[in-house]
Amino acid sequence: MRRKPFPWHITVFLAPAVVIYTVFMIYPMFASLKFSLYQTVEGGRQLFVGLGNYARLLSDPIWSEPFWNAFWNNVVFFVIHMTLQNPIGLFLAVLLAANIRGAWIYRTIIFTPTILSVVLIGFAWKLILSPTWGIWFPLLDRLGLGDNEVAIALLGHESSALITLSLISVWQNIGIPMMLFLAALIRIPHELIEAAQVDGAGSWRIFWRIQFPLIVPTVGIVAILTFIGNFNAFDLIYATQGALAGPDFATDIMGTFFFRTFFGFQLRPGDPNMGATVAGMMLLIILVGVLVYLYGWQRRMEEVQF
Amino acid sequence: MPHRGVRFLRVAGIHAVLLAYSALVLFPILLVFMNSFKDQMAIFGEPLKPPTPATFSVDGYRTLFEIASFQHYFLNSLIVTAVSLVLIVLLGAMAGWALAEYAFKLNTFMAIYLALGIMVPIRLGTVGILRLMADWQLVNTLTALILVYTAMGLPLSVFILSRFFAQLPPDFKDAARIDGASEYRIFTLVLPLVRPALGTVAAISMIPVWNDLWFPLILAPSEETKTIVLGAQVFLGQFLNDWQAVLAALSLAMIPAVILYMLFSKQLIRGLTAGAVK
Repeated sequence: MRRKPFPWHITVFLAPAVVIYTVFMIYPMFASLKFSLYQTVEGGRQLFVGLGNYARLLSDPIWSEPFWNAFWNNVVFFVIHMTLQNPIGLFLAVLLAANIRGAWIYRTIIFTPTILSVVLIGFAWKLILSPTWGIWFPLLDRLGLGDNEVAIALLGHESSALITLSLISVWQNIGIPMMLFLAALIRIPHELIEAAQVDGAGSWRIFWRIQFPLIVPTVGIVAILTFIGNFNAFDLIYATQGALAGPDFATDIMGTFFFRTFFGFQLRPGDPNMGATVAGMMLLIILVGVLVYLYGWQRRMEEVQF
Repeated sequence: MPHRGVRFLRVAGIHAVLLAYSALVLFPILLVFMNSFKDQMAIFGEPLKPPTPATFSVDGYRTLFEIASFQHYFLNSLIVTAVSLVLIVLLGAMAGWALAEYAFKLNTFMAIYLALGIMVPIRLGTVGILRLMADWQLVNTLTALILVYTAMGLPLSVFILSRFFAQLPPDFKDAARIDGASEYRIFTLVLPLVRPALGTVAAISMIPVWNDLWFPLILAPSEETKTIVLGAQVFLGQFLNDWQAVLAALSLAMIPAVILYMLFSKQLIRGLTAGAVK
């Protein structure tokens, strides 16, 4: 019997995508990880140092201070997204799913900032919050905050800049959780909700007893997407506060710290090895998040479902 | 069923909340756009008022066209986005088809291997990408951006399209096979059947490519290869004090994205929904 011919067509279909993906995504990722295990010594030679760079990043104060600062700022950034962006996005989705006229118009408008470049959004808000323009001074006066230094320049103070930027990011990205929740809510069979209404259940009860339990899987997806997006963020801080993530690194997050380490800033030259090390730590943080999601959350979901 | 009056109040309340939130969304965008057509005095004197014949001015736009080559940046963005999208959709469809249609030894492995890229951000490989591009002398070329964005977009594209291909009824393909059509011919026959999915993938892949700042900044910062986002970012930093020019630059950079959004919002929303299904 003749052997089956080698399935060339499968190779032809798969190869272009696999090659581009491997060469420009997977290979650089591993090259970067490998690079984080070396140090550049005199003459440009690469010296293997094992996990030495990671140890330096976590213990040498020159590195560990900015690292933990960026890490905790990033945690704050993430917590604000989880406590504001996702619940408000869910709330808007519930309203949009309530079968009112013109819902698609609201949906289109609320999603608009999400499709715009972070650079433009960040800069537009920077202008609006700028004390030079003073566009919201009348509002501050009415709130009795007209003389409050922090309120006048929210992006200029260590105590308020990070929170303000997080809120701008929430404002911009709320469309994503809203759409994902909306997609899940629409899939709930109408009869379920109508039956509950006939039984006299109010909107609040219907939400907690029917809608929310059925969209819990989406809550997990939104959470992990928020986590990955937040710990990979860069553009907003860079566009509004520059690579130095001012004032005094108060808005520095992992992305801007990575950029500065890699490319250098002011008088400090860039260090590609340490840059790769920071990227390695970011990868580790994101992988931990993904594993928690896959094993902690999704497995439990399956147990509940079956 | 709730009482009619209660129902009316409920609907009115929902509209009120959604209207208020829509206003919060539109206010900053309209404010920037409106003030970009005013003179410097009016921008600062009456920021909340629309331009009147007395305060109307397009000086900002004039500065923009004289100094920055925004047309050129725009063209760069257009080339990078269009070529990347064609590659993401076409190569993604080919790979998605292979994974959905053929049973072969490495099928599951390949599906998981490609899906890794959905979860892991490509930015974390930047150090490796920059060295690779430098070795191949691709730094400061649009090709570098196109290759990186294609690699970035493929995982989700393959994932979504393979699910769509898997849902196609087998009769059609079997009939074509009996007629002696080659596997390549069958692919060209089924491709039109998933056209909505192709549009969807294009729409959701477009936003991160068009709006990216990171890779243009790192791989292609030269004047000739600047994309519109990087061009706007640099311009905004340099002309910080020329408010008319800054507002004009912001408006001009936002408009193409908003137009694209209006054209593709249907596909985009379908894409977000499809991507969310597990």
